[in-house]
Amino acid sequence: MEIEERLRGLLLQALEADAAAYQRFLKELSAHLRAFLRRRLAQWPHAVEDLVQETLLAVHNQRHTYQRDMPVTAWVHAIARYKLVDWLRSHAVRDARNDSLDDAAELFSSSDSEAAEARRDLAQLLQTLPDRQRLPIVHVKLEGLSVVETARLTGLSESAVKIGVHRGLKALAAKIRGL
Amino acid sequence: MKTDDLIEALAAHPQVVNGRAVEQRFALAALAGVCGAAVLMMAFYGLRPGLAQTMGLAMFWGKLLFAAALAVGGVAVVRRLARPGRAVGRTAVALAVPPLVLWALALAVLAQAAPDDRLGLVLGSTWRTCPFNIAFLSIPALAGSFWALRGAAPTRPALAGAAAGLLSGALGALVYALHCPEMAAPFLAVWYLAGMALPTLLGAVLGPRLLRW
Repeated sequence: MEIEERLRGLLLQALEADAAAYQRFLKELSAHLRAFLRRRLAQWPHAVEDLVQETLLAVHNQRHTYQRDMPVTAWVHAIARYKLVDWLRSHAVRDARNDSLDDAAELFSSSDSEAAEARRDLAQLLQTLPDRQRLPIVHVKLEGLSVVETARLTGLSESAVKIGVHRGLKALAAKIRGL
Repeated sequence: MKTDDLIEALAAHPQVVNGRAVEQRFALAALAGVCGAAVLMMAFYGLRPGLAQTMGLAMFWGKLLFAAALAVGGVAVVRRLARPGRAVGRTAVALAVPPLVLWALALAVLAQAAPDDRLGLVLGSTWRTCPFNIAFLSIPALAGSFWALRGAAPTRPALAGAAAGLLSGALGALVYALHCPEMAAPFLAVWYLAGMALPTLLGAVLGPRLLRW
């Protein structure tokens, strides 16, 4: 219950545009997600971090579906479960058919230092987005410029920058799904 | 990209989040669905003759009430299915009440009718077209509610699609009632529900295909 209270407090602040609270929320969430997914993806350790990132992105893109009276843990769990089942459905069958010889190598390749490394590089995926979505994400989200600065730099209008970030993150989530 | 970098990126420049976005989309979808159905109804079927006189009949309002009650129940269920971690639970009861009341009424009417009249009460004069007309009029609302669901995060897409279909069917029936000449409860109890079942089934089939996120 303690976790629920803390996460809920952070999320509610985050939904009121508190960046620090949002970062702490996502950080704590990622640790729980990693543990949750690692237990369930014992056969696919390399996929854990990919799914952690995919789930975080989904939590971000769907944060408007959270309502104050809902337990945060139930909300996140439902999202993580959906992403996990979706992944298993598309990968597990395929992997089971081509069970590779890399297994022995894989057995020793997983260690804690790899926890934060995803196999799929989001930065590379970002390159495939059109400029009007990629540039706003790069400037606003990665370089930390303001919307106004980004607008001046790219020649886009301010609302186009905001829309670009929003649609870009959705498109990114869709691309991950398609992999 | 490392997960910590992703977190930093996502948390940069946060915005105040509109917690009512889901409901607003459904409100817009329902409004567009009713307007779309009204346009289709006027274009293809027309208002029933003597609509003004019919408005004095209790059954006319009963028809509208039945469709409206199912639409309200449909919204209540579908907005829960649109959110991860929300159980449908007791809300589903709201969907069972209107049909049960209508069936009880239909059985009472049939019990009182002469045996020879019973089949006529069930079939009316438009049973061949009624369900398909209702399904046809539900198309705008179905498109709208799928658009609304795509702006949310349904974790049970088949169920969410079915609920959206039922909501659309109820809205289609609401508009169709302005054309429909049938007034007998046994007719409504069979064919109106059949008309709503068609978009419900379609929604259940389309859900898993269109509602991935």
